[in-house]
Amino acid sequence: MVDSRQVRVRDGDVLVMVGTTKGAFLFRSDRRRARWERGGPHFPGHAVYALAYDDRSGRRRLWAAPASAHWGSSLRWSEDFGRNWSAEAPGPRFPEETGATLTRVWQIRPGPVQQPRVLYCGAEPASLFVSNDGGESWSLCKGLHDHPHRAKWQPGGGGLCLHTILPHPTRKETIHVAISTAGVYRTDDGGRSWRTAHKGVRAQFLPDPHPEFGQCVHKVVRDSAQPDRMFLQNHWGLYRTDDGGETWRDIANGVPSDFGFAMEAHPHEPDTVYIVPLESDEFRCTPEGRLRVYRTRNGGRSWQPLTKGLPQEGAFETVLRDAMAADACDKAGLYFGTRSGKLFASRDGGAAWRAIAEGLPPILCVKTAVVLKAGRSARPARGARAKPVVRGRARA
Amino acid sequence: MSVVVQIPAALRPQAQGRREVTLEGRPLTVGEALSALWAVHPSLRDRVLDEQGQVRPHVNVFVGAESIRDGGGLAMPITDTCVIAIIPAVSGGCNA
Repeated sequence: MVDSRQVRVRDGDVLVMVGTTKGAFLFRSDRRRARWERGGPHFPGHAVYALAYDDRSGRRRLWAAPASAHWGSSLRWSEDFGRNWSAEAPGPRFPEETGATLTRVWQIRPGPVQQPRVLYCGAEPASLFVSNDGGESWSLCKGLHDHPHRAKWQPGGGGLCLHTILPHPTRKETIHVAISTAGVYRTDDGGRSWRTAHKGVRAQFLPDPHPEFGQCVHKVVRDSAQPDRMFLQNHWGLYRTDDGGETWRDIANGVPSDFGFAMEAHPHEPDTVYIVPLESDEFRCTPEGRLRVYRTRNGGRSWQPLTKGLPQEGAFETVLRDAMAADACDKAGLYFGTRSGKLFASRDGGAAWRAIAEGLPPILCVKTAVVLKAGRSARPARGARAKPVVRGRARA
Repeated sequence: MSVVVQIPAALRPQAQGRREVTLEGRPLTVGEALSALWAVHPSLRDRVLDEQGQVRPHVNVFVGAESIRDGGGLAMPITDTCVIAIIPAVSGGCNA
Protein backbone atom coordinates (compact mmCIF):
# COMPACT_ATOMS: atom_id res chain seq x y z
CA MET A 1 0.00 0.00 0.00
CA VAL A 2 1.44 3.36 -1.04
CA ASP A 3 1.39 6.01 1.67
CA SER A 4 -0.10 9.26 0.48
CA ARG A 5 0.90 12.39 2.34
CA GLN A 6 -1.76 15.03 2.96
CA VAL A 7 -1.23 18.77 2.95
CA ARG A 8 -3.12 21.19 5.15
CA VAL A 9 -4.34 23.93 2.85
CA ARG A 10 -5.23 27.33 4.26
CA ASP A 11 -7.16 30.23 2.84
CA GLY A 12 -4.97 32.24 0.54
CA ASP A 13 -2.55 29.41 -0.18
CA VAL A 14 -1.11 28.81 -3.60
CA LEU A 15 -1.49 25.26 -4.93
CA VAL A 16 0.58 23.63 -7.60
CA MET A 17 -1.06 20.45 -8.81
CA VAL A 18 1.21 18.04 -10.61
CA GLY A 19 0.08 15.06 -12.66
CA THR A 20 2.66 12.38 -13.37
CA THR A 21 2.80 8.99 -15.02
CA LYS A 22 2.39 7.41 -11.60
CA GLY A 23 0.00 9.63 -9.73
CA ALA A 24 -0.78 13.18 -8.72
CA PHE A 25 1.05 15.41 -6.27
CA LEU A 26 -0.17 18.55 -4.57
CA PHE A 27 2.18 21.30 -3.47
CA ARG A 28 1.07 24.14 -1.24
CA SER A 29 2.64 27.34 -0.05
CA ASP A 30 1.48 30.59 1.42
CA ARG A 31 1.43 33.63 -0.86
CA ARG A 32 5.15 34.20 -0.39
CA ARG A 33 5.80 30.95 -2.26
CA ALA A 34 9.12 30.54 -0.48
CA ARG A 35 8.48 27.14 1.13
CA TRP A 36 6.51 24.33 -0.42
CA GLU A 37 4.90 21.35 1.23
CA ARG A 38 4.28 18.24 -0.84
CA GLY A 39 1.23 16.03 -0.72
CA GLY A 40 0.59 12.78 -2.56
CA PRO A 41 0.97 10.63 -4.43
CA HIS A 42 -2.73 10.44 -5.12
CA PHE A 43 -3.87 7.59 -7.39
CA PRO A 44 -0.49 5.82 -7.24
CA GLY A 45 0.23 3.87 -10.39
CA HIS A 46 -2.23 5.89 -12.43
CA ALA A 47 -1.19 8.30 -15.16
CA VAL A 48 -2.72 11.69 -14.41
CA TYR A 49 -2.77 13.75 -17.59
CA ALA A 50 -5.46 16.16 -16.39
CA LEU A 51 -6.04 18.12 -13.19
CA ALA A 52 -8.16 21.18 -12.58
CA TYR A 53 -9.37 23.35 -9.74
CA ASP A 54 -12.88 24.71 -9.79
CA ASP A 55 -13.45 27.72 -7.53
CA ARG A 56 -16.57 29.06 -9.19
CA SER A 57 -19.71 29.64 -7.14
CA GLY A 58 -17.83 29.21 -3.89
CA ARG A 59 -16.60 25.71 -4.67
CA ARG A 60 -13.21 24.39 -3.70
CA ARG A 61 -13.21 21.32 -5.88
CA LEU A 62 -10.11 19.61 -7.19
CA TRP A 63 -10.66 17.45 -10.27
CA ALA A 64 -8.40 14.64 -11.44
CA ALA A 65 -8.52 12.16 -14.29
CA PRO A 66 -6.46 9.17 -13.24
CA ALA A 67 -5.98 6.55 -15.95
CA SER A 68 -5.00 3.00 -15.21
CA ALA A 69 -3.52 0.82 -17.92
CA HIS A 70 -5.64 -1.99 -16.49
CA TRP A 71 -8.84 -0.37 -15.37
CA GLY A 72 -9.24 2.56 -17.73
CA SER A 73 -9.76 6.24 -17.15
CA SER A 74 -12.01 7.78 -14.54
CA LEU A 75 -12.89 11.20 -13.22
CA ARG A 76 -12.60 11.96 -9.51
CA TRP A 77 -13.00 15.04 -7.37
CA SER A 78 -12.03 16.15 -3.90
CA GLU A 79 -13.33 19.02 -1.78
CA ASP A 80 -10.70 18.69 0.93
CA PHE A 81 -7.57 18.94 -1.23
CA GLY A 82 -7.07 15.23 -1.70
CA ARG A 83 -7.78 13.92 1.79
CA ASN A 84 -10.87 12.22 0.38
CA TRP A 85 -11.79 11.59 -3.23
CA SER A 86 -15.19 10.96 -4.70
CA ALA A 87 -15.91 7.27 -5.15
CA GLU A 88 -15.98 7.70 -8.88
CA ALA A 89 -17.62 10.54 -10.69
CA PRO A 90 -19.61 9.56 -13.79
CA GLY A 91 -17.04 10.74 -16.26
CA PRO A 92 -16.96 10.96 -20.02
CA ARG A 93 -18.11 7.85 -21.87
CA PHE A 94 -18.55 7.35 -25.56
CA PRO A 95 -22.08 6.38 -26.54
CA GLU A 96 -22.23 2.79 -27.68
CA GLU A 97 -23.23 3.75 -31.21
CA THR A 98 -19.93 5.57 -31.74
CA GLY A 99 -17.97 2.34 -31.40
CA ALA A 100 -15.30 4.33 -29.57
CA THR A 101 -13.72 3.70 -26.20
CA LEU A 102 -12.10 6.28 -23.96
CA THR A 103 -8.34 5.98 -23.68
CA ARG A 104 -7.82 8.88 -21.31
CA VAL A 105 -8.83 12.40 -20.40
CA TRP A 106 -6.20 14.95 -21.42
CA GLN A 107 -7.83 18.10 -20.17
CA ILE A 108 -10.41 19.17 -17.59
CA ARG A 109 -11.51 22.74 -18.09
CA PRO A 110 -14.03 24.61 -15.95
CA GLY A 111 -16.16 26.95 -18.06
CA PRO A 112 -16.19 30.72 -17.63
CA VAL A 113 -17.22 32.13 -14.26
CA GLN A 114 -20.48 33.26 -15.86
CA GLN A 115 -21.27 29.58 -16.52
CA PRO A 116 -20.47 28.08 -13.14
CA ARG A 117 -21.96 24.66 -13.82
CA VAL A 118 -20.22 24.12 -17.16
CA LEU A 119 -17.17 21.88 -17.38
CA TYR A 120 -15.33 20.48 -20.37
CA CYS A 121 -13.13 17.44 -20.84
CA GLY A 122 -10.79 16.85 -23.75
CA ALA A 123 -10.21 13.20 -24.42
CA GLU A 124 -8.39 10.58 -26.43
CA PRO A 125 -9.48 9.56 -29.01
CA ALA A 126 -9.90 13.21 -29.87
CA SER A 127 -13.25 14.37 -28.59
CA LEU A 128 -14.86 16.97 -26.41
CA PHE A 129 -17.19 16.15 -23.53
CA VAL A 130 -19.41 18.71 -21.83
CA SER A 131 -21.10 18.82 -18.47
CA ASN A 132 -23.80 21.40 -17.77
CA ASP A 133 -24.43 20.31 -14.21
CA GLY A 134 -21.10 20.80 -12.51
CA GLY A 135 -19.76 17.39 -13.49
CA GLU A 136 -22.73 15.29 -12.40
CA SER A 137 -23.19 14.05 -15.95
CA TRP A 138 -21.32 14.35 -19.24
CA SER A 139 -22.22 14.20 -22.89
CA LEU A 140 -20.16 13.87 -26.03
CA CYS A 141 -20.05 16.99 -28.18
CA LYS A 142 -21.66 15.47 -31.23
CA GLY A 143 -21.01 18.50 -33.38
CA LEU A 144 -17.27 17.93 -33.20
CA HIS A 145 -17.51 14.15 -33.16
CA ASP A 146 -19.53 14.20 -36.38
CA HIS A 147 -17.15 16.59 -38.13
CA PRO A 148 -16.27 15.18 -41.56
CA HIS A 149 -12.56 15.63 -40.88
CA ARG A 150 -12.57 13.37 -37.86
CA ALA A 151 -12.13 10.09 -39.71
CA LYS A 152 -8.85 11.38 -41.16
CA TRP A 153 -7.35 12.84 -38.02
CA GLN A 154 -4.07 11.12 -37.19
CA PRO A 155 -2.54 10.47 -33.79
CA GLY A 156 0.62 12.28 -32.82
CA GLY A 157 3.31 10.69 -30.70
CA GLY A 158 1.17 10.97 -27.60
CA GLY A 159 -1.99 9.66 -29.22
CA LEU A 160 -4.95 11.28 -30.97
CA CYS A 161 -5.86 13.70 -28.26
CA LEU A 162 -7.93 16.81 -27.73
CA HIS A 163 -5.58 18.50 -25.31
CA THR A 164 -6.57 22.16 -25.20
CA ILE A 165 -9.96 23.76 -24.54
CA LEU A 166 -10.32 27.54 -24.59
CA PRO A 167 -13.82 28.78 -23.87
CA HIS A 168 -14.14 32.41 -24.85
CA PRO A 169 -14.28 34.49 -21.65
CA THR A 170 -17.22 36.63 -22.78
CA ARG A 171 -18.85 35.00 -25.83
CA LYS A 172 -20.29 31.86 -24.32
CA GLU A 173 -21.03 30.22 -27.67
CA THR A 174 -17.41 30.44 -28.80
CA ILE A 175 -14.88 27.78 -27.90
CA HIS A 176 -11.54 26.86 -29.44
CA VAL A 177 -10.07 23.39 -29.09
CA ALA A 178 -6.74 21.99 -30.25
CA ILE A 179 -6.15 18.45 -31.39
CA SER A 180 -2.99 16.55 -32.18
CA THR A 181 -2.93 15.83 -35.03
CA ALA A 182 -5.73 17.81 -36.57
CA GLY A 183 -5.30 21.47 -35.68
CA VAL A 184 -7.40 24.18 -34.07
CA TYR A 185 -11.18 23.98 -34.37
CA ARG A 186 -13.63 26.68 -33.41
CA THR A 187 -17.32 26.77 -32.67
CA ASP A 188 -19.44 29.91 -32.47
CA ASP A 189 -22.72 28.18 -31.74
CA GLY A 190 -21.99 26.38 -28.51
CA GLY A 191 -20.59 23.25 -30.12
CA ARG A 192 -23.20 22.47 -32.75
CA SER A 193 -20.84 23.20 -35.62
CA TRP A 194 -17.09 23.52 -35.87
CA ARG A 195 -14.64 24.87 -38.42
CA THR A 196 -10.88 24.94 -38.64
CA ALA A 197 -9.08 27.95 -37.18
CA HIS A 198 -5.44 27.42 -38.09
CA LYS A 199 -4.89 29.21 -41.37
CA GLY A 200 -1.22 30.08 -41.63
CA VAL A 201 0.00 27.32 -39.33
CA ARG A 202 2.42 25.11 -41.24
CA ALA A 203 2.47 21.34 -41.26
CA GLN A 204 5.98 20.93 -42.52
CA PHE A 205 5.88 17.23 -41.84
CA LEU A 206 3.31 16.81 -44.65
CA PRO A 207 3.78 17.09 -48.43
CA ASP A 208 1.44 20.08 -48.42
CA PRO A 209 2.62 22.40 -45.64
CA HIS A 210 -0.74 24.18 -45.56
CA PRO A 211 -3.35 21.44 -45.55
CA GLU A 212 -6.98 22.05 -44.70
CA PHE A 213 -6.33 20.13 -41.48
CA GLY A 214 -3.60 17.94 -40.05
CA GLN A 215 -1.58 20.59 -38.23
CA CYS A 216 0.05 19.15 -35.14
CA VAL A 217 -0.80 21.84 -32.63
CA HIS A 218 0.88 21.21 -29.30
CA LYS A 219 -0.57 24.03 -27.22
CA VAL A 220 -2.63 27.20 -27.55
CA VAL A 221 -2.99 29.92 -24.91
CA ARG A 222 -5.11 33.04 -24.80
CA ASP A 223 -3.80 36.52 -24.13
CA SER A 224 -4.78 37.96 -20.76
CA ALA A 225 -6.26 41.17 -22.15
CA GLN A 226 -7.41 40.48 -25.70
CA PRO A 227 -9.43 37.27 -26.02
CA ASP A 228 -9.05 37.11 -29.79
CA ARG A 229 -5.27 37.17 -29.44
CA MET A 230 -3.89 33.69 -28.95
CA PHE A 231 -0.49 32.08 -29.14
CA LEU A 232 0.29 28.64 -30.51
CA GLN A 233 3.14 26.20 -30.13
CA ASN A 234 3.09 23.86 -33.09
CA HIS A 235 5.06 20.76 -33.95
CA TRP A 236 7.57 23.15 -35.48
CA GLY A 237 6.43 26.72 -35.40
CA LEU A 238 5.37 29.49 -33.03
CA TYR A 239 2.36 31.56 -33.99
CA ARG A 240 0.07 34.36 -32.95
CA THR A 241 -3.44 35.23 -34.04
CA ASP A 242 -5.16 38.54 -33.40
CA ASP A 243 -8.48 37.56 -34.91
CA GLY A 244 -9.61 34.55 -32.93
CA GLY A 245 -7.76 32.02 -35.04
CA GLU A 246 -8.84 33.16 -38.49
CA THR A 247 -5.21 33.80 -39.43
CA TRP A 248 -1.92 33.03 -37.73
CA ARG A 249 1.52 34.47 -38.30
CA ASP A 250 4.95 33.20 -37.40
CA ILE A 251 6.50 34.72 -34.27
CA ALA A 252 9.54 32.48 -33.86
CA ASN A 253 11.84 35.47 -33.58
CA GLY A 254 15.09 34.69 -31.84
CA VAL A 255 14.34 31.33 -30.26
CA PRO A 256 16.87 28.49 -30.46
CA SER A 257 14.17 26.17 -31.82
CA ASP A 258 10.55 26.65 -32.73
CA PHE A 259 9.79 23.08 -31.74
CA GLY A 260 8.36 22.48 -28.29
CA PHE A 261 5.30 21.56 -26.33
CA ALA A 262 4.68 23.77 -23.32
CA MET A 263 3.32 27.30 -23.55
CA GLU A 264 1.72 29.58 -20.99
CA ALA A 265 0.42 33.14 -21.02
CA HIS A 266 1.07 35.55 -18.21
CA PRO A 267 -2.13 35.86 -16.17
CA HIS A 268 -2.16 39.68 -16.09
CA GLU A 269 0.43 41.08 -18.48
CA PRO A 270 -0.80 41.28 -22.04
CA ASP A 271 1.40 39.94 -24.83
CA THR A 272 3.52 38.03 -22.33
CA VAL A 273 3.99 34.34 -23.06
CA TYR A 274 6.39 31.62 -21.95
CA ILE A 275 7.72 28.60 -23.83
CA VAL A 276 10.39 25.94 -23.40
CA PRO A 277 12.01 25.31 -26.80
CA LEU A 278 13.16 21.79 -27.56
CA GLU A 279 15.72 20.69 -30.08
CA SER A 280 14.02 18.97 -33.03
CA ASP A 281 11.18 16.53 -33.13
CA GLU A 282 13.68 13.66 -33.14
CA PHE A 283 15.63 14.70 -30.03
CA ARG A 284 12.95 16.59 -28.11
CA CYS A 285 15.33 17.83 -25.42
CA THR A 286 16.40 21.31 -24.40
CA PRO A 287 18.98 22.65 -26.89
CA GLU A 288 22.65 22.45 -25.92
CA GLY A 289 21.75 20.78 -22.65
CA ARG A 290 20.59 24.13 -21.29
CA LEU A 291 17.22 24.43 -19.62
CA ARG A 292 15.87 27.76 -20.78
CA VAL A 293 12.43 29.24 -20.56
CA TYR A 294 11.85 31.85 -23.23
CA ARG A 295 9.56 34.79 -22.63
CA THR A 296 8.11 37.36 -24.94
CA ARG A 297 6.63 40.58 -23.55
CA ASN A 298 5.70 42.05 -26.90
CA GLY A 299 3.47 39.45 -28.44
CA GLY A 300 6.26 37.47 -30.03
CA ARG A 301 8.24 40.21 -31.75
CA SER A 302 11.19 39.07 -29.63
CA TRP A 303 11.92 36.38 -27.06
CA GLN A 304 14.40 36.42 -24.21
CA PRO A 305 15.88 33.41 -22.40
CA LEU A 306 15.20 33.10 -18.67
CA THR A 307 17.95 31.05 -17.10
CA LYS A 308 18.60 32.28 -13.57
CA GLY A 309 18.38 29.27 -11.30
CA LEU A 310 17.93 26.78 -14.14
CA PRO A 311 20.68 24.25 -14.99
CA GLN A 312 22.73 25.38 -17.97
CA GLU A 313 24.93 22.36 -18.41
CA GLY A 314 24.02 18.74 -19.07
CA ALA A 315 20.33 19.48 -18.72
CA PHE A 316 18.71 17.48 -21.50
CA GLU A 317 15.16 17.99 -20.34
CA THR A 318 11.73 17.69 -21.90
CA VAL A 319 8.70 19.69 -20.81
CA LEU A 320 5.40 18.35 -22.07
CA ARG A 321 2.49 20.36 -23.44
CA ASP A 322 0.53 20.77 -20.24
CA ALA A 323 3.44 20.88 -17.84
CA MET A 324 3.75 24.64 -17.45
CA ALA A 325 1.37 26.95 -15.62
CA ALA A 326 1.13 30.38 -14.06
CA ASP A 327 -0.57 31.26 -10.81
CA ALA A 328 -2.95 34.18 -10.39
CA CYS A 329 -1.02 36.07 -7.74
CA ASP A 330 -0.47 39.77 -8.31
CA LYS A 331 3.17 38.99 -8.89
CA ALA A 332 2.63 35.92 -10.99
CA GLY A 333 4.35 32.66 -10.23
CA LEU A 334 5.42 30.31 -13.02
CA TYR A 335 5.88 26.58 -12.71
CA PHE A 336 6.96 23.79 -14.99
CA GLY A 337 7.76 20.11 -14.65
CA THR A 338 10.07 17.88 -16.64
CA ARG A 339 9.90 14.33 -17.82
CA SER A 340 12.78 13.67 -15.46
CA GLY A 341 10.56 14.55 -12.52
CA LYS A 342 11.85 17.99 -11.59
CA LEU A 343 9.44 20.76 -10.69
CA PHE A 344 10.70 24.32 -11.10
CA ALA A 345 9.09 27.47 -9.77
CA SER A 346 9.50 31.19 -10.19
CA ARG A 347 7.72 33.69 -8.00
CA ASP A 348 8.70 36.74 -10.02
CA GLY A 349 7.31 36.09 -13.45
CA GLY A 350 10.24 33.98 -14.58
CA ALA A 351 13.14 36.22 -13.59
CA ALA A 352 14.55 33.59 -11.21
CA TRP A 353 13.78 29.91 -10.77
CA ARG A 354 14.43 27.14 -8.33
CA ALA A 355 13.59 23.46 -8.14
CA ILE A 356 10.89 22.86 -5.56
CA ALA A 357 10.83 19.10 -6.14
CA GLU A 358 13.05 16.51 -7.75
CA GLY A 359 12.65 12.79 -8.11
CA LEU A 360 9.00 12.83 -9.04
CA PRO A 361 7.79 10.42 -11.72
CA PRO A 362 7.72 11.88 -15.25
CA ILE A 363 5.57 15.01 -15.11
CA LEU A 364 2.59 15.18 -17.45
CA CYS A 365 0.73 18.27 -16.30
CA VAL A 366 1.10 21.23 -13.94
CA LYS A 367 -1.87 23.32 -12.82
CA THR A 368 -2.22 26.04 -10.21
CA ALA A 369 -4.81 27.60 -7.95
CA VAL A 370 -5.01 30.33 -5.38
CA VAL A 371 -7.31 29.13 -2.63
CA LEU A 372 -10.07 31.56 -1.79
CA LYS A 373 -11.95 31.51 1.46
CA ALA A 374 -14.64 28.86 1.41
CA GLY A 375 -17.78 30.30 -0.13
CA ARG A 376 -16.00 33.02 -2.08
CA SER A 377 -16.09 32.83 -5.85
CA ALA A 378 -13.44 33.21 -8.48
CA ARG A 379 -13.11 36.43 -10.42
CA PRO A 380 -13.93 36.44 -14.09
CA ALA A 381 -11.36 34.54 -16.12
CA ARG A 382 -8.51 36.32 -17.81
CA GLY A 383 -9.55 38.08 -20.92
CA ALA A 384 -12.96 38.83 -19.50
CA ARG A 385 -11.77 42.05 -17.90
CA ALA A 386 -11.72 45.25 -19.84
CA LYS A 387 -8.30 46.10 -18.49
CA PRO A 388 -5.71 43.70 -17.15
CA VAL A 389 -4.96 43.70 -13.46
CA VAL A 390 -1.30 44.48 -12.95
CA ARG A 391 -0.08 45.14 -9.47
CA GLY A 392 3.34 44.89 -7.95
CA ARG A 393 5.42 45.21 -11.09
CA ALA A 394 5.84 47.50 -14.03
CA ARG A 395 4.34 46.58 -17.36
CA ALA A 396 6.58 46.02 -20.33
CA MET B 1 -24.53 -24.03 -5.13
CA SER B 2 -23.43 -20.58 -6.16
CA VAL B 3 -21.20 -18.55 -8.43
CA VAL B 4 -18.43 -16.62 -6.72
CA VAL B 5 -16.57 -13.68 -8.29
CA GLN B 6 -13.16 -12.83 -6.88
CA ILE B 7 -12.41 -9.10 -6.82
CA PRO B 8 -8.83 -7.87 -7.30
CA ALA B 9 -7.36 -5.62 -4.63
CA ALA B 10 -7.41 -2.53 -6.86
CA LEU B 11 -11.16 -2.78 -7.33
CA ARG B 12 -12.22 -3.63 -3.80
CA PRO B 13 -13.00 0.00 -2.95
CA GLN B 14 -15.73 -0.23 -5.60
CA ALA B 15 -17.00 -3.44 -3.99
CA GLN B 16 -17.29 -2.20 -0.42
CA GLY B 17 -13.93 -3.80 0.34
CA ARG B 18 -15.07 -7.31 -0.46
CA ARG B 19 -12.58 -9.91 -1.73
CA GLU B 20 -15.30 -11.95 -3.34
CA VAL B 21 -18.94 -11.66 -4.11
CA THR B 22 -21.35 -14.57 -4.09
CA LEU B 23 -23.95 -14.02 -6.75
CA GLU B 24 -27.65 -14.41 -6.38
CA GLY B 25 -29.49 -16.40 -9.02
CA ARG B 26 -28.11 -18.84 -11.54
CA PRO B 27 -26.23 -17.09 -14.35
CA LEU B 28 -25.57 -19.28 -17.37
CA THR B 29 -22.67 -17.36 -18.89
CA VAL B 30 -19.77 -15.20 -17.74
CA GLY B 31 -21.57 -12.18 -19.17
CA GLU B 32 -24.68 -12.91 -17.12
CA ALA B 33 -22.59 -13.45 -14.01
CA LEU B 34 -20.81 -10.13 -14.46
CA SER B 35 -24.10 -8.36 -15.10
CA ALA B 36 -25.29 -9.74 -11.76
CA LEU B 37 -22.08 -8.39 -10.20
CA TRP B 38 -22.68 -4.92 -11.68
CA ALA B 39 -26.18 -4.96 -10.26
CA VAL B 40 -24.67 -5.21 -6.78
CA HIS B 41 -21.61 -3.01 -7.37
CA PRO B 42 -22.34 -0.81 -10.38
CA SER B 43 -19.08 1.14 -10.45
CA LEU B 44 -17.12 -2.06 -11.08
CA ARG B 45 -18.51 -2.31 -14.58
CA ASP B 46 -16.57 0.51 -16.21
CA ARG B 47 -13.36 -0.69 -14.68
CA VAL B 48 -13.64 -4.19 -16.14
CA LEU B 49 -15.47 -3.45 -19.39
CA ASP B 50 -15.11 -0.59 -21.85
CA GLU B 51 -17.99 1.46 -23.26
CA GLN B 52 -18.56 -1.15 -25.94
CA GLY B 53 -19.08 -3.89 -23.38
CA GLN B 54 -15.77 -5.60 -24.05
CA VAL B 55 -13.38 -6.76 -21.36
CA ARG B 56 -10.57 -4.21 -21.17
CA PRO B 57 -7.45 -5.38 -23.02
CA HIS B 58 -5.27 -5.62 -19.92
CA VAL B 59 -7.83 -7.36 -17.74
CA ASN B 60 -8.11 -11.12 -17.56
CA VAL B 61 -11.22 -12.99 -16.49
CA PHE B 62 -10.85 -16.62 -15.54
CA VAL B 63 -13.42 -19.29 -14.88
CA GLY B 64 -11.55 -21.64 -12.65
CA ALA B 65 -8.16 -21.82 -14.39
CA GLU B 66 -9.42 -21.05 -17.90
CA SER B 67 -9.25 -17.57 -19.42
CA ILE B 68 -12.51 -16.57 -21.03
CA ARG B 69 -10.49 -15.37 -24.02
CA ASP B 70 -9.92 -19.05 -24.77
CA GLY B 71 -13.43 -20.09 -23.92
CA GLY B 72 -15.85 -17.89 -25.82
CA GLY B 73 -15.46 -14.56 -24.09
CA LEU B 74 -18.39 -13.21 -22.14
CA ALA B 75 -20.59 -15.87 -23.77
CA MET B 76 -18.57 -18.64 -22.12
CA PRO B 77 -20.96 -20.98 -20.31
CA ILE B 78 -20.52 -21.50 -16.59
CA THR B 79 -21.78 -23.92 -14.00
CA ASP B 80 -23.48 -22.88 -10.82
CA THR B 81 -20.50 -23.85 -8.69
CA CYS B 82 -17.77 -22.00 -10.50
CA VAL B 83 -15.35 -19.34 -9.33
CA ILE B 84 -14.79 -16.36 -11.62
CA ALA B 85 -11.61 -14.36 -11.04
CA ILE B 86 -10.96 -10.85 -12.33
CA ILE B 87 -7.19 -10.38 -12.52
CA PRO B 88 -5.08 -7.52 -13.92
CA ALA B 89 -2.88 -8.75 -16.75
CA VAL B 90 0.87 -8.47 -16.38
CA SER B 91 0.88 -6.72 -19.75
CA GLY B 92 -0.90 -3.69 -18.39
CA GLY B 93 1.44 -2.43 -15.72
CA CYS B 94 2.30 1.22 -15.30
CA ASN B 95 4.94 2.40 -17.77
CA ALA B 96 8.23 1.73 -16.07
